[in-house]
Amino acid sequence: MENFAYHRPAKVADAVKAMKKAKDGKFLSGGHTLIPALKQGLANPTDLIDLSGLNKGGVKVGAKSVTVSAGTAHADVAADKGLKKAIPGVAILAGGIGDPHVRHRGTIGGSVANNDPAADYPSACLALGATIHTSERKIPAEKFFTGMFSTALKSSEVITAVEFPIPKKSGYAKFPNPASLYAMVGVFVAQMGDGSVRVAVTGAGPGVFRVPEMEAALAKNFSAKSLEGLSVKSKGLNSDMHASAEYRAHLIGVMARRAVTAAK
Amino acid sequence: MSETGIGARVKRKEDQRFITGKGQYTDDINLKGQTYAYFVRSPHAHASIKSINTAKARKMPGVVGVFTGDDVSADKIGGLICGWMIHSKDGSPMKAGPHPILAQGKVRYVGDHVAVVVAETKEQAKAAAAAVAVSYGVLPHVVDAGKAMKSNAQVHDVAPDNRVFNWSLGDEAATDAALKSAAHVTKIDLVNNRLIPNAMEPRAAIGSYDTGTESYTLYTTSQNPHVARLVISAFHGLAPEHKLRVIAPDVGGGFGSKIFIYAEEVVCVWASKRIGGRPIKWTAERTESFLADAHGRDHVTHAELATDSSGKIVGFKVHTTASLGAYLSTFSSCVPTYLYATLLSGQYNIANIYAEVDTVYTNTAPVDAYRGAGRPEATYVVERIVETAARELKMDPAEFRRRNFVTSFPHQTPVIMCYDAGDYAAALDKALDMADYKGFAERKAASARAGKLRGVGFSAYIEACGIAPSAAIGSLGAGVGLWESAEVRVNPVGSVEVLTGSHSHGQGHETTFAQLVSDRLGIDINNVSIVHGDTDKVQFGMGTYGSRSGAVGMTAISKALDKIEAKAKKVAAAVMEASVDDVEFNNGSFTVKGTDKKMAFGEVALSAYVAHKFNSSEIEPGLKEGAFHDPANFVFPAGVHICEVEIDPDTGVTTVANYVAVDDFGNVINPMIVEGQVHGGIVQGIGQA
Repeated sequence: MENFAYHRPAKVADAVKAMKKAKDGKFLSGGHTLIPALKQGLANPTDLIDLSGLNKGGVKVGAKSVTVSAGTAHADVAADKGLKKAIPGVAILAGGIGDPHVRHRGTIGGSVANNDPAADYPSACLALGATIHTSERKIPAEKFFTGMFSTALKSSEVITAVEFPIPKKSGYAKFPNPASLYAMVGVFVAQMGDGSVRVAVTGAGPGVFRVPEMEAALAKNFSAKSLEGLSVKSKGLNSDMHASAEYRAHLIGVMARRAVTAAK
Repeated sequence: MSETGIGARVKRKEDQRFITGKGQYTDDINLKGQTYAYFVRSPHAHASIKSINTAKARKMPGVVGVFTGDDVSADKIGGLICGWMIHSKDGSPMKAGPHPILAQGKVRYVGDHVAVVVAETKEQAKAAAAAVAVSYGVLPHVVDAGKAMKSNAQVHDVAPDNRVFNWSLGDEAATDAALKSAAHVTKIDLVNNRLIPNAMEPRAAIGSYDTGTESYTLYTTSQNPHVARLVISAFHGLAPEHKLRVIAPDVGGGFGSKIFIYAEEVVCVWASKRIGGRPIKWTAERTESFLADAHGRDHVTHAELATDSSGKIVGFKVHTTASLGAYLSTFSSCVPTYLYATLLSGQYNIANIYAEVDTVYTNTAPVDAYRGAGRPEATYVVERIVETAARELKMDPAEFRRRNFVTSFPHQTPVIMCYDAGDYAAALDKALDMADYKGFAERKAASARAGKLRGVGFSAYIEACGIAPSAAIGSLGAGVGLWESAEVRVNPVGSVEVLTGSHSHGQGHETTFAQLVSDRLGIDINNVSIVHGDTDKVQFGMGTYGSRSGAVGMTAISKALDKIEAKAKKVAAAVMEASVDDVEFNNGSFTVKGTDKKMAFGEVALSAYVAHKFNSSEIEPGLKEGAFHDPANFVFPAGVHICEVEIDPDTGVTTVANYVAVDDFGNVINPMIVEGQVHGGIVQGIGQA
């Protein structure tokens, strides 16, 4: 680990200011990706801007949407009674991220901003059509996730909250990597009030993506049976020491069916 | 049985310091003027070293010294050795390539030690190591054991086909004849994958040279500090043994990986003199542990098992190619040979066995003894082929095993071992009962109804423990004897210190060894302390591995206790004015037959030290005895494990539905500790599976 300047601003505007002033700054939230990267020398920022001093806010359940403040830890999202009732899929997703240590330090803002291709949250954002609130604007999830570890965020832009529309039903199922507990395949299924369905897959490809064939089938009949025989082509999916692209393609079908069965 | 004697579930005495953070591991120790080492390692599997430029690194902040293979040569420090000579079938000795403590001209695996930077802080050493410029010429490499002999990559000049030796055990002609005339032959091809040991505490060392006494001290994470001292002294030529002290303090797990003498430890103690005697500390990062600790297993095997028409095994032929990695580690050569092929009879009565083993160099981390060392590899081959044979013969796998068990003892196998005792059917019966084997068909049907697959597997294993009879292993090529030593020091107040050549790094010796003393002398277990891991305290010892500390190390203590008892009886007889033949010792008291004369153990100890009541020309004062024990044979624990698993066919996920272990360990000293060790072993096995 190299030396760096440490900042812990109390206001979003100060965080942005500190980042603009830094030669090569990094925002720090829960740190579960960034700190290991620092330790391994993979990231060597000149300035570390710790966002833990910003107002945390937590979870606010509204009439049509649930807004989760960026600094909310996964464990707090998972335990929120209002959220559990409004969007059970998100609560289940948050409760299944990593291990208890990760869930008590890692935050929704950090996870979404990092856009790890195996992170859980991007699937919920995309399937529910979430809106990412930042220090400058509001970005729809469709436009936010732009590829592996990349997002629409500008370098000095800070996520302040993630707003999820409340669906009719939602469910999440994942096949975790047995060591890291990251999603080797995670599928989030959401049935919205107007009957439309969105299916978002994480872990399987270079970034989160939707499966239109499954969405169409589920829009007609929201049941696991509708997905039988539907598969995703393995071409373009991740293939590594943990799972081949073919295995991941197969697991997308299995996890999608399980997510639909679990959806509430 | 006393509350703290043999067989009692005594809580581990050492855990007080371990669970309260008071353990003193090598990395916890800091010496005055200490510096830190960081190793430059090869990023290539196989490459020539064209040049090493250390100029930039030397100018980095805090750097005290940078050393390469040239410095090692200049000081005439010898290379790492393999302490067990194996000869090939054709009589030629194994082909041992050079293994310098810092690379000379070539690197042979990713992680190979190229240079070392010594600096004021660990961070400075690491930063400067990154500035050491090594120019490599990348060479073809081979990492797959099965392909090594046909590869165009040549790891060592001395072994043109990468073969270290071609060794065999058993009667090939008789085994071939048995296979030829058999009613059925089962064939199987197996890979026993390479494992990385990963002890909780990474390897670490502090090397220190004292310019005043011209002597060295090495703190190291060793399972056998005396062997480390012997090798560093005799083969690396650093210093004679009396000028080299090796201390292995608290050690956090070894699993075999800390038996061996490694380059990093030798470098730290050697280089300390180079920097004027300042101590040098090195603690492996976890990544370094993965790269540079000796690995385990890595076998590719073809086996054939012959059975007659009644399902009786009549012959067993095995060919194994075992990777030893890029260099021969300390005991690597004996693992896939005498620790492996000698167990290929398993629990079965097999008249003809022939095993042939090719060991090969590959461009991988050295492979050596790991958790069972050869014996689990043998069990894997035997049990997989026995299971396969039973299925091919459409026999119940439990019944097939039972039909072939050894039932009379002693039993001489065709592969050296002579089993002393056992009742394999009893263990099988108990395991079948515990696992409710009769109810398996119904459970399988229930799983099927839920869309799941269910299966059951057996392992009827045997291990040769209590390594090893010295003369026997010497005749097979071992460079050392594998006896153990003990010294029992009784203090004047009757408390006892036991100095043992065994080394505890998780086994709980401080408790189990004290249980033996408490049991034998009838004294409180808290009045016994176990001293180990320091060559200045314990005269000599062979260390802990090969399941030897109970069988060999404790027997040495027991022998020393015999001598203590005999001497104490003489003292007691003199004090109580009786004939020594009339003195009896029970439950911590010396009594005189036919009288009410009685002395407690502590009183006799005090009498031995004050020496007022006996003639010192007949009885020496004091109460201290030593003993060496060399076992007459191995010991052969055996048992049956049954595992039932359920598989989700949608995902392939396998879950362990039930696991039953029946182990015949003989006289169990501390059931709680043994259960913990069995749990650990099972989890390791499940991990590999």
